[in-house]
Amino acid sequence: MPNLLELDEVEARYGPVQALRGVSLTVNEGEIVAVLGANGAGKTTTLRAISGTVSRSGTIELYGKRLRGGPEAAARAGIAHVPEGRGTFVELSVVENLRIGAYTRRDRQVKSDIERVSEYFPWMLERGGQRAGTLSGGEQQMLALARALMSRPRLLLLDEPSLGLAPMIVREFFRTVLHLNENEGLTVLVVEQDARIALASSSRAYVLEVGRVALTGSSAQLQGDESVRRSYLGY
Amino acid sequence: MLAAAFADFMQQVVSGFASGGIYAALALALVIIHRSTGVINFSQGEMATLCTYIAWTLTFNHGWSYWPAFVATLVFSFVFGLATHRIVIRPVERGNVLRVVIVTIGLLIAFNGFVVWQWSGEPKALQSPFGTDTIDVGGVVISWQDVGTILVTLGIVVLLWLLFQFTKLGLALRAAAVNPEEARLVGVRVSWMLGLGWGLAAVLGAVAGMLTAPTVGLDPQMMQPILIYAFAAAVLGGIDSPLGAVVGGLALGVLLNLIGVYVDFVGAELKLPVALLVIFVVLIVRPSGIFGRPEVKRV
Repeated sequence: MPNLLELDEVEARYGPVQALRGVSLTVNEGEIVAVLGANGAGKTTTLRAISGTVSRSGTIELYGKRLRGGPEAAARAGIAHVPEGRGTFVELSVVENLRIGAYTRRDRQVKSDIERVSEYFPWMLERGGQRAGTLSGGEQQMLALARALMSRPRLLLLDEPSLGLAPMIVREFFRTVLHLNENEGLTVLVVEQDARIALASSSRAYVLEVGRVALTGSSAQLQGDESVRRSYLGY
Repeated sequence: MLAAAFADFMQQVVSGFASGGIYAALALALVIIHRSTGVINFSQGEMATLCTYIAWTLTFNHGWSYWPAFVATLVFSFVFGLATHRIVIRPVERGNVLRVVIVTIGLLIAFNGFVVWQWSGEPKALQSPFGTDTIDVGGVVISWQDVGTILVTLGIVVLLWLLFQFTKLGLALRAAAVNPEEARLVGVRVSWMLGLGWGLAAVLGAVAGMLTAPTVGLDPQMMQPILIYAFAAAVLGGIDSPLGAVVGGLALGVLLNLIGVYVDFVGAELKLPVALLVIFVVLIVRPSGIFGRPEVKRV
């Protein structure tokens, strides 16, 4: 059986700046995989290459099928990308954010899914009419996660979910992701600046350095290796 | 004496609502495009005029009655708006908004030229579907034309509101307008949504044009003052607020009508400058308009 996601020698550039110089990585079904590295290492670009929001070369396959086209196509293939800095529509209400998350679906279970998803976030139904822009940062990040779930994704891409959030909120967020992974078999590729929590929540990790994979291994192994922690992860 | 004065006043208010409904329809068209593309479509009025000529051709040359011609024109205008976006606007959409603005000004000239070339500058008469009768409501004499205009414009506005608020397509249209990057990530084909927005705006314009022509006469310049009023209405209500456009349009219609009648030195000739004054004052006092939210950027 092919991997859920396989990147082979993926390159990407922003105009003259080459951001990825041949990244290869795999994600298996049911895994949480972390992508770590310093600023500018290409973490965000890796996710953007997968969802097609940056022009790329090399091959990206989902279940052995090559991904082509822009983000609309990626969304239809089952990839939910929560971008950096809260992936919510601030002008829309909480419930509208959930409904737009299910945009690519043609089935009629969207309504029951809204209830199912909000079991993880009970406040969402109570405040369903509230504009997303008026939520706190942590609530918006939760809403972005819930919105992504509404598409019933085969793969969830999370970009720096901890950005600008209090440590307690970050822990709660990752707890929820782990919970979804265990209960619903959600597969996640998460990019994080906060290596400590990312390694604690993932099974495997890749460390990027200037657009290449510098290091990969199980999260426990990386966590335990002090020289790795010092030289790559900075803690 | 007082009753007569009141009846007179109410009459002006009602006919103000009728012209206000037309301003509201065109203002709403401006708002729909501004929300999604970030520019004012300066050719909105000329697009409306062109569509109205289509209605005139169907009724006058082909003997259609008004309502079938009305519906056919709406269909035409939708396709026309969509095609304008696909063919002319989309290639210049990325980058500086000034490019799009310049293109819409070019379209204004092009559409106006096309209309004059195709139908000549001679005024035409588009029949009114409402006749010239009036009704008397407690001493207030109201023309059916005014009643019909109010009902049709409000009907279209309500239909659009239902579309935007309660359908999946409407949700996608709004999502694409306020946050195109994110909308693409959830699978919305943003470019088509912007095109649909142009189509809907053209439909609103066509409604405004077809309701304007029976009273003022159809000529190539017909919608130019209406576009100024629509600007004023949209600015007054808030350039990104659909509700604001409607309220602004109605308020402006009533205000201009009352000023035209009760303020001696204004009369019919100075209505347009008054509208420009409204734009100026609103931009100074409350740039985001009545219903607009002041722009706040999260840092």
